[in-house]
Amino acid sequence: MPKYMLIMRGTDEGQAAFEEIDFTEVIAAMGRYNESMMDAGVLVAGEGLADASEGSVVDFSNESPVVTDGPYGETKELFNGFWILDVASKEEAVEWAKRAPLSGPGTKLEVRRVNGVEDFPQDNEWVQKEAEWRKQLGTE
Amino acid sequence: MAQAARHRVIVPDGGASSGGPGRSGPGTDEGGAAASARRAVEAVWRIESARVVGALARYTGDFALAEDVASEALAEALVAWPRDGVPRDPTAWLLTTGRRRAIDAFRRRAGRDERYAALARDLGEGGAHAGAAPAGRDEPDLLWDPDRIDDDRLALVFVACHPVLSKEARVALTLRVVAGLTSEQVARAFLVPVPTIQARITRAKKTLAAARVPFEVPPAEERGERLASVLNVLYLIFTEGSTASGGDDWMRPDLAHEAIRLARVLVRLAPGEPEVHGLLALLELTAARFPARTGPDGEPVLLADQDRRRWDASAIRRGRAALSRAVAAGRGLGPYGLQAAIAEQHAVAPSVEATDWERIVLLYEALGRVAPSPVVELNRAVAVSMASGPASALEIVDTLVATDVLRGSYLLPSVRGELLTRLGRRDEARGELELAARLCGNRRERSVLERKAASL
Repeated sequence: MPKYMLIMRGTDEGQAAFEEIDFTEVIAAMGRYNESMMDAGVLVAGEGLADASEGSVVDFSNESPVVTDGPYGETKELFNGFWILDVASKEEAVEWAKRAPLSGPGTKLEVRRVNGVEDFPQDNEWVQKEAEWRKQLGTE
Repeated sequence: MAQAARHRVIVPDGGASSGGPGRSGPGTDEGGAAASARRAVEAVWRIESARVVGALARYTGDFALAEDVASEALAEALVAWPRDGVPRDPTAWLLTTGRRRAIDAFRRRAGRDERYAALARDLGEGGAHAGAAPAGRDEPDLLWDPDRIDDDRLALVFVACHPVLSKEARVALTLRVVAGLTSEQVARAFLVPVPTIQARITRAKKTLAAARVPFEVPPAEERGERLASVLNVLYLIFTEGSTASGGDDWMRPDLAHEAIRLARVLVRLAPGEPEVHGLLALLELTAARFPARTGPDGEPVLLADQDRRRWDASAIRRGRAALSRAVAAGRGLGPYGLQAAIAEQHAVAPSVEATDWERIVLLYEALGRVAPSPVVELNRAVAVSMASGPASALEIVDTLVATDVLRGSYLLPSVRGELLTRLGRRDEARGELELAARLCGNRRERSVLERKAASL
């Protein structure tokens, strides 16, 4: 059962355009979208991220990590949230992605397969530990 | 007409299926642009089929016709979308096309029967596009009543699983119209030729028409029996998937996954039915063990020997959540809920030894009361042997032997052989295990039994 992550990406400009829309409208549109995926039995997880300006960026380009506040600097795109879908194929994940209530210049959804248990060597000690942790965390 | 259209368009495409082995992972090329456009159509169909067929069935009042015209719309999409691009609103396109085909069908019948002429006139209102390329958003609004979509989908589930149909027909029809698989996908899932599935669906539609099955959610007095049939169909689809020989055919749909998806859909459509939650819980908790159920060479690994770290923790979480909803209904658990509760005990146990076998015994006793069967009784015996030793379990098994209901099944002598082994009665144990091996139809399991017998 492959799982796919829909990753919300966007430029500052797209983000700004999105923020022009009335917040309750955004919530309703997202709610309807999420509900349609619940009704179809495909949605298994999802999170949205708080404003990028509250965040920090740790840059590993140099010998020691450099921390800057906010997404400023060379960032061209922001990561704004994700959904995880339990679907039969990549095409189905893409079809759901196309229905997301998103708009604005530079706004994108990236569709990526989530690694499953079969993607890792099962005799690796860390892979085995991670399997234990997943039970505790209840993570996808 | 519908048959001809389907044969013409949806024949298995050699080019599309020659993409080679392996999962459709990142970067695998599965046969060029045409195949990719075709998979895009199939993806839309998986998402929309139930709503499209449901809306068309309500609109025409004729389930068989709705399934026909929806199939024609899908067949047209498989030609038109790869050529012209996927329409901006694919659902509207499918509905509009299906509706035009329905009007055509009524007009053809109108020559024979004035009733259909009236229907064609009524339904054709606003249908100026009939015969033209499917239009945009204006037409399907007539069909698209947001307050009725869920009712239409639920009615569709009940009709597809109607007790007048054979089990095979219910399964094929449910996968076709509710789960949105193409006939080719259903055929691949069951390893039968496509015409077999098409004939099964055609026959099913005739049976429903002959029995005058109305397109509706069944009334209260029928609901219990009809729901039981729906749950049974989903369970059959799941077991077909979970016992399938496996992953050698990468095009073969994952039926266990389809069943889980359908159970999630049903939970949303009928949230007040505890057994629907119970079934979903059972399927999630059972599927959670799939990653550990086969060894490196594909041999089955018994529950006791499974590496529990490989169990799918998120599926366990979803299954337990569904089970707690079934419990919260406060009406006591039904057969599926009780089986889910047993599966939950295994799911939360760190090992076979640390499993709460006494609780499992109680759950099997409850299951035996609501759904008595010799197999449940045999499972109870196994749980009793784990909870309080082989001697008391042997009494249960010997009672079963005396009733002779499981004659010819390898399960009974295999369990009896295990219990006798643990009691140190080796000669009797060997005899039972040898008998079990002779009765067992599965080669791998037979060799396990033979090894056990030989080691005594």
